[in-house]
Amino acid sequence: MSDAFFRTEMTPPKAPPITERGVVKWLRENLFAGPYNTILTLVALYVLYSLLSNVIPWLLNGVWNANSLQECRDIVAASAGEGATGACWAMIRERWNQFLFGLYPQDLYWRPALALALLLVAIAPVLFSRVPRQLFWLTLFYPAIAFFLLWGGSIWTPIVAMMGFGVMALAYRLLVPLTGVTVAAMLGVLAAVLWWLLLDARLAEMLSTAIPVGLRSVGSDQFGGFLLALVIGVTAISFSLPLGILLALGRQSDLPVIKMLCVGFIEFIRGVPLITLIFTAALLLGYFLPRGTNFDTILRVIILVTFFAAAYLAEVIRGGLAALPRGQYEAADALGLDYWRAQRLIILPQALKISIPGIVSTFIGLFKDTTLVSFVALLDPLRGVTSVVRADLNWKGIYWEPYIFVGAIFFVICFGMSRYSMYLEKKLKTDHR
Amino acid sequence: MTMINAAPRDDFRLSMLIYDTRYRAITIQLFVLALVLAAIWWLGSNLQANLEAKGRPLSFEFLWSRAGYDIGQTFIPYTSDSTHFRAMLVGLLNTLVLALFGCLFATIIGVIVGVLRLSKNWLVALLTSIYVEIFRNIPLLLWILVIFVPLYEMTPAPNAFKVTDEMIASGTEPAASMILGGTVAVTNRGTYIPGFLFDRGFEAGWMTTLAIFLVIAGSLAVHLTLNARARRVQEATGVRPTTWWKSLIVLFAPLVLVLWALGFHLDIPQPPTRFNFEGGVVVQNPFVAMLIALSLYTGAFIAEIVRAGIQSVSRGQTEAAFALGLRPNRTMNLVILPQALRVIIPPLISQFLNLTKNTSLGIAASYADLRGTLGGVTLNQTGREVEAMLLMMLIYLSISLIISSLMNVYNRSVQLKER
Repeated sequence: MSDAFFRTEMTPPKAPPITERGVVKWLRENLFAGPYNTILTLVALYVLYSLLSNVIPWLLNGVWNANSLQECRDIVAASAGEGATGACWAMIRERWNQFLFGLYPQDLYWRPALALALLLVAIAPVLFSRVPRQLFWLTLFYPAIAFFLLWGGSIWTPIVAMMGFGVMALAYRLLVPLTGVTVAAMLGVLAAVLWWLLLDARLAEMLSTAIPVGLRSVGSDQFGGFLLALVIGVTAISFSLPLGILLALGRQSDLPVIKMLCVGFIEFIRGVPLITLIFTAALLLGYFLPRGTNFDTILRVIILVTFFAAAYLAEVIRGGLAALPRGQYEAADALGLDYWRAQRLIILPQALKISIPGIVSTFIGLFKDTTLVSFVALLDPLRGVTSVVRADLNWKGIYWEPYIFVGAIFFVICFGMSRYSMYLEKKLKTDHR
Repeated sequence: MTMINAAPRDDFRLSMLIYDTRYRAITIQLFVLALVLAAIWWLGSNLQANLEAKGRPLSFEFLWSRAGYDIGQTFIPYTSDSTHFRAMLVGLLNTLVLALFGCLFATIIGVIVGVLRLSKNWLVALLTSIYVEIFRNIPLLLWILVIFVPLYEMTPAPNAFKVTDEMIASGTEPAASMILGGTVAVTNRGTYIPGFLFDRGFEAGWMTTLAIFLVIAGSLAVHLTLNARARRVQEATGVRPTTWWKSLIVLFAPLVLVLWALGFHLDIPQPPTRFNFEGGVVVQNPFVAMLIALSLYTGAFIAEIVRAGIQSVSRGQTEAAFALGLRPNRTMNLVILPQALRVIIPPLISQFLNLTKNTSLGIAASYADLRGTLGGVTLNQTGREVEAMLLMMLIYLSISLIISSLMNVYNRSVQLKER
């Protein structure tokens, strides 16, 4: 035997070349892979530099304590040197309340604030399944509570109006065993409408003279800022979804008259710009109602915005309905389910799940569109409040700050909504389609 | 829905109108129809009563009376002596021109950003995502105001560009200077851009335009024939003849020739010697602001559509194309794009529709579109609220319906033919 040499242990692996690991590798793969990619990176870096080199000093020199734009500029000039630019956030500090509440009476700010806090509690059970189910009772009564808190007046107005729904439910319950679902639902709605048209106003007035309980009433012309955007946005969102579902079902219906009406409504609303509808609400609605009727501008706008969103939602949901395999409809029929049961138990849960992204982006669009109410002289946060601020002598000449502030709040809300839709999609994903 | 028709038809009872599915459908429809007709009648009679009370019944006569106001941007001859009808047409044209350019620029921005968002370059993907998210989540009205207000209030007046002899002698610069190599001036009166001038053009301006269009159309036709021939040769022999240099010559040589023959040159706006710029074309600031805002805003939505479209083509398609030996750019042109376009086009056209309807936000930049003329000044001057609004809605509705029926035709032609 020759005494040959054998290794008894493995050689440790060589470290990868410097270009294939760590930061260098990442840079090579993500920023400098090939000449084309490198050029892109350099262009992007240049764009970034030219943006940030202007914006960052402006942000860093921002002033939070001042009483006028001139004072702001003096402070910036004193601290950062002559010719430096700086943001004047002091304006937002001073006008904060107006941006949030518009012209709402100062001593009553607690009412919208409380309404907002309750809103968060009331929508929690709708948004997240882990929240205790009992909270749904609050959600159910929230519209009346919010109305009472925001507009004030006699406590009996919202209560009596809510009783209309009670009447509807009662009539439906009593009639279902006698007449079946469709007729009972129709009669229930009829009973509620009769209640609102005939009894509501008188009963509310009677009760409020007998037991005068209430808050100081605040007129719609005093609403403004994000309060207004939220009131219009939240109301229109919550009413447009059921309306949109009904319209989508109507459009898919076998009944030609219903189908025609729904198609006509949807195509009309989708064919005209929202702004013309808002003008219609403000200028024209009076012509189509009995003489002397005059109801709240905010309410009119809410109704038209709801119709607008509902028409778009109907198209989104129709897409979802069309995407369901034909077998689902046939299976529902085979089980002997009637139309509404089939829709409620089989078709809609699946169709709505498919349409979540579209539904949420319609909601986002709706919320952004609430800013258009400024054209009918409502004080929305974007154009309404900002133009009030910019007309103030102290802040004359201020451009970017109010827009950045309002834009940032809109961004947070809308971006939040789109993230929530992603979360919901992930939660409902079953992976067996 | 299937119905059972086996039941005997003779013993009809009134209650069957509600309980029998055969008749219930008719009952429900008649009921709804009656409700809707009643509602329409109610609204109509209210309208009539209200209008009569105001002493002016429904009439479109006002369209033929003198308008009496000026419009900043007109594409057809218009003076304040023209009729309200003509003012409406001017507004409609302004709307359509803005929508057309908006769609064009938004598509360019959207396609570039949508492709860049899929780039492997981390920084570029990040920047484009930020752009898309910011523009999609902030109201369009804000972008219009953010662009219009500074353009209107912060830009210099035209005479700030003035260069006098004393200034040249003393070597001082004018207060403001032109951008893009001294060809474009942004002022508070409007943006001055270079125009086209023809030294040896025809007497009538439109003849010159027509001549250029004819030459371009002819070149395109020759180019397409060249390509078709190349394809035939390729299918017959398997070898595609090179066409790129022929195409280049065919496309550009005639155009350059005819432009030279007509004596074409750019008409660059000259800084004012007195008050205003000389030469060039002035684009009104509202138009500039609306165009930029609409293109950037809609561009963000289109970018998402393009991205989703490209991602919707499954990876297997690319792999199959590579396995067949196609190079990356041919894979893109022949395999991925045709399939992605089927997904992209329908939502793209609905974005075009949205953009067209959003031109009505020109009110924020006082742009004289259809809403600004017919639904704005005309409405306020004549007090014909009902008529003006109805007419305006009808026009917008027709535009939308025309675009969406075109979309349906296209959709049917590219739809996957299944079952």
